[in-house]
Amino acid sequence: MAKTETLPDAAGYFGSYGGRYIPETLMAPVEALARAYDKHSRRRAFKKRLAMLLRDFAGRPTPLYLAERLSDQLGGARIYLKREDLLHTGAHKLNNALGQALLAVEMGKGRVIAETGAGQHGVATATAAALLGLDCVVYMGEEDMRRQRPNVYRMQLLGAQVEPVATGSRTLKDAINEALRDWVTKVDSTHYILGSVLGPDPFPRMVRDFHRVIGVEAKRQLKKQAKRSGPDLAVACVGGGSNSIGLFSAFLDDASVRLIGVEAGGRGEALGDHAARFAGGSLGVLHGTKTMLLQDGGGQVAPTHSISAGLDYPAVGPEHALLAERGRVEYTRVSDREAVEAFHRLCETEGILPALESSHALAEAFKRAARLSPKHVVLVNLSGRGDKDVESVQGWDAAHPRVGSQEGVQ
Amino acid sequence: MSAIGEVFARCKAEKRTAFIPFLVAGHPDLETTGKLLDALVAGGADLIELGMPFSDPVADGPVIQAAAQRALDAGMTMSKLLELVATKRDALGVPIVLFTYFNPILARGLERFAEQAAASGIDGVLCVDLPPEEGEREWIPALQARGLDAIFLLAPTSTKERIKKASAASSGFLYYVSRRGVTGEQSLLDPELSKRVKRLRRKLDLPVAVGFGISTPEQAAAVAKVADGVVVGSALVRTIEENLDDPRLAERIEIQARELAAPLGR
Repeated sequence: MAKTETLPDAAGYFGSYGGRYIPETLMAPVEALARAYDKHSRRRAFKKRLAMLLRDFAGRPTPLYLAERLSDQLGGARIYLKREDLLHTGAHKLNNALGQALLAVEMGKGRVIAETGAGQHGVATATAAALLGLDCVVYMGEEDMRRQRPNVYRMQLLGAQVEPVATGSRTLKDAINEALRDWVTKVDSTHYILGSVLGPDPFPRMVRDFHRVIGVEAKRQLKKQAKRSGPDLAVACVGGGSNSIGLFSAFLDDASVRLIGVEAGGRGEALGDHAARFAGGSLGVLHGTKTMLLQDGGGQVAPTHSISAGLDYPAVGPEHALLAERGRVEYTRVSDREAVEAFHRLCETEGILPALESSHALAEAFKRAARLSPKHVVLVNLSGRGDKDVESVQGWDAAHPRVGSQEGVQ
Repeated sequence: MSAIGEVFARCKAEKRTAFIPFLVAGHPDLETTGKLLDALVAGGADLIELGMPFSDPVADGPVIQAAAQRALDAGMTMSKLLELVATKRDALGVPIVLFTYFNPILARGLERFAEQAAASGIDGVLCVDLPPEEGEREWIPALQARGLDAIFLLAPTSTKERIKKASAASSGFLYYVSRRGVTGEQSLLDPELSKRVKRLRRKLDLPVAVGFGISTPEQAAAVAKVADGVVVGSALVRTIEENLDDPRLAERIEIQARELAAPLGR
């Protein structure tokens, strides 16, 4: 397939996915954003400043960790965890938030807005805004505020205003609706730091580019630590798809690396019970991009469900839609139950508390690693830490008592 | 000339501005929408914008969002909208512009939609999240092949190049968004609005209708001085929302429409 650097095309398309499906009021500002991104992201001073912040402020490179006890217990492949959970603010999201906040400064915008589901992108944006002295408003669905409460106060402590969103399903999709309405109203002064590889061009490529560092580091680290040019399998969870595209981008051209994207299987197969766009979706347009979308026959966007707020979204990044169409990435799904089991397992065997989003990737990786031999390497993007999810898991466990500590994982 | 073009030509000849009320189809239910269409025509509508409700209306403010949700909850679909237009269009005698988001059309299929829309009597379509760039390959040809007008929007942020692009892509009229923002009422119009619309009309051959935020007869009068058409949406939708159980709802809407149309030269 074509090298990723050449995608999207000039109109913002990855094959037949992507584009700019937005109200006219946003078109000229989005065109200006694309020009500003193209200009500044190539400037040496910009790259240098971002690299410095990623290193000294955010803590890059994040470690690549061989989970030995876990690998031994599963009795299969060696599992390496890319520790994005150790990045400042606790998730990969800061890579993109810092990049876009720097861009906002270059564009002379004094105000940034963001949507957030799990709260991690909101916290990352609030952090970048505090660092660079920008006003910050974060839109968050009321349902997500309830289930990710610790992150709400974190954003407020960082000086951001958190705007509850009470429309629709009160989750990530509705937060993006509100952020877009804010942006269309205050577009002269405001940059919208979209938190995933979604939205109109240039967002899908810009957010991907800011997260490329994940895959680039992991590749280098694997070479050094495992003497391998790449893993046999690379696994990441896919909500909008930013952490996964960041990891995968380093391996897309290496056909020997199998790439696995894990969607939220939720509580069942019926429309409304999951967020598995590649299993139950069809071609649609939402939030500025043409991609795979969970919808009813009349083109109304369907409700979604996942225990993980960050994966609870009806559309997927357009580049993922192309990667699925070409068969380069295999997309699969993991249920709420399997994710919680993987969460517990990593806590107990490795002393790492993973985000529920990342737990979806872990669950799939555990299944597949167990079927491989110790000469194989499975790379998992541990995209975030799970402190924010403690209450959710506590609630789940109360409703679903565990029989044995690792029941059902294998 | 299309029926929409004829309306603007007639208004121009009569030295008045077209009155273009907006309704959300199926709000609060399909049967009521039928009666409200009659009321709007009785109240002086020259052209009606009929909105297809969408689950995620990012260009709309709270009033139209709530109306769309109520309509969807009551079971509104594109098929029902097309049937409604098919039964009403001839008797109404005024052109209908469908105002929609793109996804419900994409789900139906562009060609199939265009075929059915034309058969139902719809005169033009405006997709609020479909800029001309995304429409030029399939959408515009699909509409043009059936004699439907493709209407695009312009906004205060539109550059010279974008104005050129939108006017080249549009037929019937151009819809000028009065302000940076979503649909909804406002107490004051942007003081720059008149200047901007005047400047725009000098550059364009197509008529320009102005919408977003025009809610009172005074505001309609001010915009009418510079525009070829005035669109009023949220103010009417609010009246519906606030009088759902009033048996005289249609009468209220007719009166409100008449008040809004009066300063436009009727």
